[in-house]
Amino acid sequence: MKEEDEKRVVLKFGPKLLELLSKFGEIELEDVDIEVEDLEIWLQPAAAVAAPPAVVVPPPPTIVKPTEILEAEFVPPVWEYPGQIVEVNLGATKGKGGTRSMSLTVGGEEVPAYYLFEKPTPHPPVIVFDVFDAKIPLARAVRMHVQDVMGDPAAWAKLAVEKFGADMITLHLISTDPLINDTQPKEAAKTVENVLQAVDVPLAVGGCGDKKKDMDVFERVMEVADGERLLINSVTLDMDIERMGKAIKKHGHVALAFTSMDMNQARELNRRLYDFLPREQIIVDTTTAALGYGLDYAFSIMERTRLAGLMGDAQLQHPMASGTTNAWAAREAWMTMAPEWGPRELRGPIWETVTALTLLLTGVDLFMMMHPAAVRTVKEVIGELTGGGGGNPEKIADWVTMKI
Amino acid sequence: MSEREIRVRRTKEISPIDVYKLLPKTNCKECGEENCMAFAAKLVNREVKLEECPPLLKKENEEAYKKLWDLLKPPVKEVTIGVGDRAVKIGGKLVMYRHELTYFNPTAIAIDVTDEMTDEELLQRAKYTEDFRYGYIGQELRLNMIAIRSTSNDPQRFGSTVKKVAEKTSLPLILCSLDAKVLEPGLVATAGRRPLIYAATKDNWREMAELALMYDCPLTVFAPGDLKLLRSLAGTLTEYGVEDLVLDPGTLPTEGLADTINSFTMIRRAACKEGDELLGFPLIGTPITAWMEKGEAPEIAAWREAYVASMLITRYADALIMHSAEGWVLLPTLILRQNLYTDPRKPVAVEAGLRTLGKPDGNSPVMFTTNFALTYYTVESDITSGGVDCYLIVVDTEGISVESSVAGRQLTAEKVAEAIKQTGIEGKVKHRKLIIPGRAARLSGEIQELSGWEVLVGPIDSSGIPKFIQEKWKPGEA
Repeated sequence: MKEEDEKRVVLKFGPKLLELLSKFGEIELEDVDIEVEDLEIWLQPAAAVAAPPAVVVPPPPTIVKPTEILEAEFVPPVWEYPGQIVEVNLGATKGKGGTRSMSLTVGGEEVPAYYLFEKPTPHPPVIVFDVFDAKIPLARAVRMHVQDVMGDPAAWAKLAVEKFGADMITLHLISTDPLINDTQPKEAAKTVENVLQAVDVPLAVGGCGDKKKDMDVFERVMEVADGERLLINSVTLDMDIERMGKAIKKHGHVALAFTSMDMNQARELNRRLYDFLPREQIIVDTTTAALGYGLDYAFSIMERTRLAGLMGDAQLQHPMASGTTNAWAAREAWMTMAPEWGPRELRGPIWETVTALTLLLTGVDLFMMMHPAAVRTVKEVIGELTGGGGGNPEKIADWVTMKI
Repeated sequence: MSEREIRVRRTKEISPIDVYKLLPKTNCKECGEENCMAFAAKLVNREVKLEECPPLLKKENEEAYKKLWDLLKPPVKEVTIGVGDRAVKIGGKLVMYRHELTYFNPTAIAIDVTDEMTDEELLQRAKYTEDFRYGYIGQELRLNMIAIRSTSNDPQRFGSTVKKVAEKTSLPLILCSLDAKVLEPGLVATAGRRPLIYAATKDNWREMAELALMYDCPLTVFAPGDLKLLRSLAGTLTEYGVEDLVLDPGTLPTEGLADTINSFTMIRRAACKEGDELLGFPLIGTPITAWMEKGEAPEIAAWREAYVASMLITRYADALIMHSAEGWVLLPTLILRQNLYTDPRKPVAVEAGLRTLGKPDGNSPVMFTTNFALTYYTVESDITSGGVDCYLIVVDTEGISVESSVAGRQLTAEKVAEAIKQTGIEGKVKHRKLIIPGRAARLSGEIQELSGWEVLVGPIDSSGIPKFIQEKWKPGEA
């Protein structure tokens, strides 16, 4: 036997056996004498083995097989985090200067998302349903549920709350787009008032994407909804941050600080908003890309943002929002495909659901969604993750033999 | 002293210096790198293997080699299931979060069959699983394994079922029964194929361990809802001599899903962040348990299975056993897996060159975009969904988006002009008009000058392309 081979044997079995004997001395050792003898033979110098060493025989197993379960401990790997996510209230009740029937709180996390062995989640994430103030092209799977209320945002909002279980509504004032209807701020603010009357949940208000027009519209909306603690969706780096920040502060609303998948931009926008707003009035949105169309980027930016906040990065300690509706940008969500891929009526909502749940696990606090089935599923999972647990493992102990 | 205190705290953040210290430091360049430090940096990023350093393999460096191997070994063991071309490796994870490096060995997905299916159904499902393909970003997304369950608990029946499946497919197999007597004929039928055994429990672990050793197979440890037992069994089986373990802490698809997510997360953190070797094995999830609720419509069970699978892929499952063979369930599952296992260190790029979208002719529009995969596929999708027939030139911008590559000068007028020449587009269209992305507007003058083509500045967002073409494209007016 070659010296090298022998050395390897010693390296491999030496510590292992020692560990075994010292650690588990109390257990019954089968044939232990023989095994040790075997080992001694292996440890003999090469000279003792008759030449030629043509065939290298693999070492016989020197393992002492346990006869009963060797009990080990399990200690949950609990850590401490220096940072905490701020709590943000959305919607104000009558006593607090608004007209909502209740206010929602998001944020407050002290540990990564659903590390339940460390701490429970302080507030369940909220589901915000998208409502538009004008007819827009929607995927068929979505349209079929809202067909009757399109063009009537108040009725649409009512349907979303009463039938689909939305916690909040985002009213997208897309008709204000100068290239669409160019609805004026005064008129747009009227629509907001109508929706505020139709439903009593907290409200978010979205613009049309034309920054200048959005600022005019938001300013007017914030004024007429003074004290309602609306979520202003959104404030971006290319806006007049001072003008927006001051208006949000003055009328008691909340900024949705939107940046495009860049943590430095997210920090910068927050820093600039801090000049005018307390931290408790900012929620961040680092952009949601659809499953299959960049979800991996969105996922990692959100995961990093949350972990950075918990590790002490004060500029990233904000609740996170996701425009989950972007899931419908994926072709697999809306396109007619060959029959083996199933109907788009199922593909679409599962796409939105999977996009939402993937980001839920990074710590997203607020989901802006569109399909009733996706909303219901995400709400159920949130209910389970924030209030559930205590399932019975016996139920699945014999899954192998189940008949389907 | 508690076990926590005596457990060696090992962070897996290795610096190239730690590695360099153990290398031969001869700068011999035999590995192809300039020096040992460069090789060390690549080792840390897992871009090269230790064995690519010839001096390290010499006898005098044996100890250093072993130390390096130990230092670089993944905190989650890599386990191979099956043999041949379609063998799968699971685990081998170096990090808990993908942004820390990248995830290796995408979650392997198995579809189940049972020993009570008719031959026809059995072979049809096996074939479906083996042949499943979906083309996505130039890749083929596929299923990886077949899980054969004994629902009859009849050893002979199980053995003959496994034999039939094994004859028809080269896919790796998972043999599922909690009864070693039932399982053994299946192992006999797959000798040398290295199936994964499912599973050892607190009641059957000795028999299962014997089978795993006798047939040289990886072994699953199943201890639903009991991590202390899971860890104890992992330790016991390791001492028994079974080296390749796969851990199943149980998948509760409805009530208790919180516990499942919690267990997977604790195990992965213990392995990756605290160096717990007893939990440093690949994890297997069983979204198939979504089918256990009685009296439900199959769509409801399939729906639940789809989203539970997605959550387990996100939360560290290295393998999954599923039942649904429905496209709408498998598509989101496989695409999510592809997304999360993409290397976050590399911008995802597509091949540069000319793409023909729809049925363009000599008067059709010519546009260009970057080779950043996300940009490219979004543009391509907007063009095709808008029914536009055109030529799309993909310019190599080193996988960077339009806006960033203009700023970073990976996209320049020179590159665009060169791409026009190389793609041979001048022979395909009669006009000389190029539509450029709105975000590259500032290059318009230069492109016009260098290429001799007239430049039209297109929309900022590619969703505006169909409208733009409808309103602005008049190839006749030169």
